[in-house]
Amino acid sequence: MKRALHPEQPATFSFSTEMKARADRIIAKYPKGRQQSAVIPLLDLAQRQEGWVTKPAIEHIAAILDMASIRVLEVATFYTMFNLSPVGKYNLQVCTSLPCMLRGSEEVLRACKDRLGIGLGGTTPDGQFSLHEVECAGACVNAPVIAINDDYYEDVDGAGAWKLIEALKRGDKPTPGPTNGRDASAPIGPPLTLTDLPAPPAVQDFAAAKAAFEKAKAEAAAKAAAPKT
Amino acid sequence: MPKLTIDGIQVEVAPNTTILQAAEIVGSEVPRFCYHDRLSIAGNCRMCLVDVEKSPKPVASCAMPVAEGMVVHTKSARANKARAGVMEFLLINHPLDCPICDQGGECDLQDQAMAYGFDRGRFHENKRAVPDKYMGPLVETSMNRCIHCTRCVRFATEIAGVPSLGATGRGEDMEITTYLEQALASELSGNVVDLCPVGALTSKPYAFNARPWELRKTESIDVLDAVGTNVRIDSRGREVMRVLPRINEDINEEWLADKSRHACDGLRYQRLDRPYVRIAGKLQPATWQEAFDAIAGRVMNLNGDKIAAIAGDMADVESMFALKALMTALGSRNLDCRQDGAALDANVRASYIFNTTIAGIEQADALYIIGSNPRKEAPILNARIRKRSLKGNFPISVVGDQADLTYKYTSLGTDVAAFFQTPPAPTQAKNPMVIVGMGALARPDGAAILAAARSFAEAIGAVKDGWNGFNVLHTAAARVGGLDVGLVPGIGGRDTRGILDGASKGEIEVVYLLGADEIDTAKLGKAFVIYQGHHGDRGAHRADIVLPGAAYTEKDGIYVNTEGRVQRANRAVFPPGEAREDWTIIRALSATLNRTLPFDSLAQLRARLVAAHPVFTDLDTVVKAEWKTFGTAGAIAAGPVKSPIDNYYMTDPISRASRTMAQCTEEFVNGKTPAQKTGTHG
Repeated sequence: MKRALHPEQPATFSFSTEMKARADRIIAKYPKGRQQSAVIPLLDLAQRQEGWVTKPAIEHIAAILDMASIRVLEVATFYTMFNLSPVGKYNLQVCTSLPCMLRGSEEVLRACKDRLGIGLGGTTPDGQFSLHEVECAGACVNAPVIAINDDYYEDVDGAGAWKLIEALKRGDKPTPGPTNGRDASAPIGPPLTLTDLPAPPAVQDFAAAKAAFEKAKAEAAAKAAAPKT
Repeated sequence: MPKLTIDGIQVEVAPNTTILQAAEIVGSEVPRFCYHDRLSIAGNCRMCLVDVEKSPKPVASCAMPVAEGMVVHTKSARANKARAGVMEFLLINHPLDCPICDQGGECDLQDQAMAYGFDRGRFHENKRAVPDKYMGPLVETSMNRCIHCTRCVRFATEIAGVPSLGATGRGEDMEITTYLEQALASELSGNVVDLCPVGALTSKPYAFNARPWELRKTESIDVLDAVGTNVRIDSRGREVMRVLPRINEDINEEWLADKSRHACDGLRYQRLDRPYVRIAGKLQPATWQEAFDAIAGRVMNLNGDKIAAIAGDMADVESMFALKALMTALGSRNLDCRQDGAALDANVRASYIFNTTIAGIEQADALYIIGSNPRKEAPILNARIRKRSLKGNFPISVVGDQADLTYKYTSLGTDVAAFFQTPPAPTQAKNPMVIVGMGALARPDGAAILAAARSFAEAIGAVKDGWNGFNVLHTAAARVGGLDVGLVPGIGGRDTRGILDGASKGEIEVVYLLGADEIDTAKLGKAFVIYQGHHGDRGAHRADIVLPGAAYTEKDGIYVNTEGRVQRANRAVFPPGEAREDWTIIRALSATLNRTLPFDSLAQLRARLVAAHPVFTDLDTVVKAEWKTFGTAGAIAAGPVKSPIDNYYMTDPISRASRTMAQCTEEFVNGKTPAQKTGTHG
């Protein structure tokens, strides 16, 4: 999908007091003259405040960091996790990369589309939900995965996705993590390997071994000393 | 110094040299798209892959520093195969529109595809399509052709200092664009067209006008500013089609300012192609002899004190020399080549040239700019200041307008009087520079400012053995040459202000304008005005006699740039209609006036010129000028200094007649962007 600024933009942007304080802390991490290093975290703050990255936000950040607006725009359009158009309160990011696809992400995606009645990149009319397809979310061990805003919901299937959306619609906050009862990325159910302790190693009798060695050595010496017949 | 072997040749090069540069030293050419000597290294086109022994993969030679004992093969089968692969990838998304592409015939991709291209495509999917971008009135885009070398982005950011170009998106969606598709607001924007290795960025005014193999190429000198940029004039038949830069490391490196490049369409419009004589208030076409007779009728019995001459900003040295000879023969001492009234002292050459030289800026370690905006007055020179500024340790202070000069500077206010009353203390700088602009010298108290600037330069140690940091930045190509031939008032003669004053009072009866259009023609009063020039501009509108001359592309002429460098311009095309080369007009007029000048050919004229002014002996070099006292100490009036150039795009008759420059004025000066066109226009 082509990434470009949204045609409809707000007129202004400024950081809230809290975000301004966070931004100042981030900028202070970098040596003087290198404030531009803070461009990604500042874009992230702007996105957290507004929900998406707006043109005034890009220009505001460029002014704060003393860099050209085009440089900030380059960064904002390069990283796909910056939303360049408004998204719903819950931004469903369904991973469709290979491991998730093999574990059934197509079904998950279909369930989301059916339940929300929107396509990829769409937002529900009430502004509550957006649906996006993303590249590898980095949680292949718990595939398939849906990232909703900052939280990962793992090991989802079609029905699980449906239930997640229902819960969010009710206003509940489902617990992030595996949704099928796994503990983090441990296997489902009881362990199948390493179920009992391995046998301890056999105890060695070093004294007996030494005696046998000494005996063999003495015999060899006696044999060498014996006169040849 | 690492030693390495390239294509079987042992070579020892400086550390930090790249393989590509080392290969050039041994004469092995490595193909490249993104690499450019004067830009930072990007390493993204991969066309310069070479084979390095013991390296598992081919290496991008533009970005790989040499190492001791390296063995490099630039023409091995592996290197060639790697490049062929890169070329195939580049061509996957490159349209096959060479027949309708303006870059055709001078395209790096086309040339290198001849060497590394595959004879058919193996890519059967759709090519990607990219909407064209608006970049202003000078740069046409065809973004399907872009191969993402980012040369233009690096040029705009590093050399031009206008960071508005960038690459948005990533991967297949990467697009080169200006921020929000604004026009590329740089005086050097035309150079991105030269840098573009494909036809993605092409010249908008030159679009679909000519093919490179149809053009006759003439090496010449640009006269639209005082830098003396070396140019190549490409002409077809009688028309100048375009102007391109030539490499001259001492002056312009390989850049050319937009006005010099794009004002050439002004050579087609508003031209004076026949003599005119004003009869009953209207200019009527006439023959040369009728025009000369009309002049003779007014001049022959006139006292020389009532005759005056002013030379314009683009006059060549030969015609100014001839004009001075004619005026002297007529007994006139009222001569001037400084139509802006700048208080330049023609007696001391060091007082009116850019002593440090343009290349010398790179040796300076502090700079004071007084009454000048180099970005508008001499964009090429400004790029050199920026280049020095980027290397660091180069404090710049400016007295005058707080304009965006593309580099950081400290403003010392706008009041030049206050500056000279309490000048900054000398610093640790070993080689400080002072640039005095026409904004300061063209004021009525210019002579006092010149003297104060000299004292200031001496006080901060800018003038010493082996270093002269006193510089005058001119805005007119003819100025230094005019001062060199002494086209200034004789003893008791009138200067430009005096001539205009005398003309409005009726004390001057005949004024000869040699291409002088920047004077206030209303002040010429009832004087009989002879205008010799190439464009129907302010001077010709006021004139009683119009003598059609040749523009700089139409005559062989000598020009002296602001450094005092004597350069020869060459004729690319013939003047239109009955127009003639300027010195021949003055020579012919002198015969009618019974004061025949003693030369019949350009060679004879130049021989006399060199004999009278030895400074013209050495071409293309800067002869160090002797440091003497100059300027007149006096009171400096309080008040701001201001650069004389408000609109960079229209400063002379050629650029005022140019439609391209009119569009630039609309876009960049008046801020009116034309209605956005869609990607399918044209």
